Amino acid sequence: MKLVTAVVKPHKLDDVRSALETFGVTGMTVSEASGYGRQKGHTEVYRGAEYEVDLVPKVRLEIVVEDGDADDVVTLLVKAAQTGRIGDGKVWVVPVETIVRVRTGERDADAL
Amino acid sequence: MEINAGDTAWVLVSAALVFLMTPGLAFFYGGMVRVKSVLNMMMMSAITIAVVTILWVVVGYSLTFGGGDFGHLIGDFSVAGLKDLMSPDAVTGAEGNQIPTLTFVAFQLMFAIITPALISGAIADRANFRGWIAFVVGWTCLVYFPVAHSVWFLNDGDGGWIGDKLKAIDFAGGTAVHVNAGAAALALALVLGRRIGWRKDPMRPHSLPLVLLGAGLLWFGWFGFNAGSALSAGTTAAVAFMNTQIATAAAVIGWLIVERIRNGKATTLGLASGAVAGLVAITPSCASVTPVGAIFLGLLAGAICCFAVSLKYKLGYDDSLDVVGVHLVGGLFGSLAIGFLASDAAPTGVNGLFYGGGVDQLWRQAVASVAVAVYSFTVAFLLAKLIDVTIGFRVKEDDEVTGVDQVEHAETAYELLTSGLRGAVQRPELNAQSGKPAQTTETTEKEGANA
Repeated sequence: MKLVTAVVKPHKLDDVRSALETFGVTGMTVSEASGYGRQKGHTEVYRGAEYEVDLVPKVRLEIVVEDGDADDVVTLLVKAAQTGRIGDGKVWVVPVETIVRVRTGERDADAL
Repeated sequence: MEINAGDTAWVLVSAALVFLMTPGLAFFYGGMVRVKSVLNMMMMSAITIAVVTILWVVVGYSLTFGGGDFGHLIGDFSVAGLKDLMSPDAVTGAEGNQIPTLTFVAFQLMFAIITPALISGAIADRANFRGWIAFVVGWTCLVYFPVAHSVWFLNDGDGGWIGDKLKAIDFAGGTAVHVNAGAAALALALVLGRRIGWRKDPMRPHSLPLVLLGAGLLWFGWFGFNAGSALSAGTTAAVAFMNTQIATAAAVIGWLIVERIRNGKATTLGLASGAVAGLVAITPSCASVTPVGAIFLGLLAGAICCFAVSLKYKLGYDDSLDVVGVHLVGGLFGSLAIGFLASDAAPTGVNGLFYGGGVDQLWRQAVASVAVAVYSFTVAFLLAKLIDVTIGFRVKEDDEVTGVDQVEHAETAYELLTSGLRGAVQRPELNAQSGKPAQTTETTEKEGANA
């Protein structure tokens, strides 16, 4: 089992989802996130007072896949999320020890 | 005693228009603060409606306009309680334009309400509610009533010292309302001190649409404030109405031009602020300038106030919502501008410096403005200090960080997390004690469905 975590631009979420669904990924967890990398943020001005808004809105996707699928999923995900401009995000993969489906108690590959 | 129905109708409608300005102000200020203190900000405006109404009936109207006069500074208690004003013989105004005195009482009440409410913007996020109420009661009695008497109680040259002796022009409240509130706001900002994290933490307006809603309501209500101050549905009201519109429009443009040049963009907050700055500046002068004069007055008011709101960062006082920069500076500018831009073609019939009237009116305006500012600042400062050392005026550090809404009112403005993530559940035992029907089952089911 591998956990693929991706932080991408919010407007690319739909593209990433349909690409992964086509590949056969059956579920994911999506949450709103904010952060910065090299992109940094922007400046806002209120009555002459300037604010640096450093944290940029992003979405974070978490997908658990079988070991053999991880590379393909990452490749598809990167392709779907890419705009080529700064701030496209990051994807990383970590090993997962076990996974359980709460409803049935099934484990690992059966639980995906 | 012939009541003029048209005039009476106009002043009654104007009173309702001016009333709406205080809820409008609550939105204007409420939108500018952070999420954790929007309710407290709106409450500070709303509570003045309740408190000042009672004060006005019991002593306020009588002390301000009741007919008596002590030292050209304050009235007496002759019509305290307003009972005698129910008589059909109780009328106000010149022959032919008479209205029931209670109409005037209602109209002026709305001014007495909004003036202290304006001050609250200086102490956003950090005042405790009982301290604020104590301040409203004290400041309204010690400052607003005598200042309004001095400016507006006219008695053939023997009334209030500013309006009847000095003959300074303040048609609808440049000194009595705006300079007065602005100077008190500076005092409160100094006594209460800066918010925790000021100039370090972001303190962005949490809802600019609310600010724009508030500015729109203020602009609308201001027609009653200015044109209603004619106390008659005639030419003077029409001139005041148009000048109000013209100067406000020009001030929006003036503010946005400065913003565009200085910061690169024209902002919605700038538009709303420019509108209020223009409304403030035209308030004393709306019956004294020509329509073209109102354009110049508005453009300058918008530009000057746009610069003035940045002063607090240089001088280091946390006037949170710029009551000083907009109301004190705008009010001073509008009052002094009469000395330059007044034209005898307008209803007040006085020429300013630019229209060949010399400096005669200018010094009268200057003396009136400075006197009101100094008096209001001094009394507000002492009163706030007194409140601070007795019942307390500022919430504790922890409570300020948590947010005054929760701490002072046991409420929060918005449900920002859905599906019960805040873990809020109704407590049936509390509902039973207060005699309300318990609805726990229903709520639990609903939250369960959302989760």
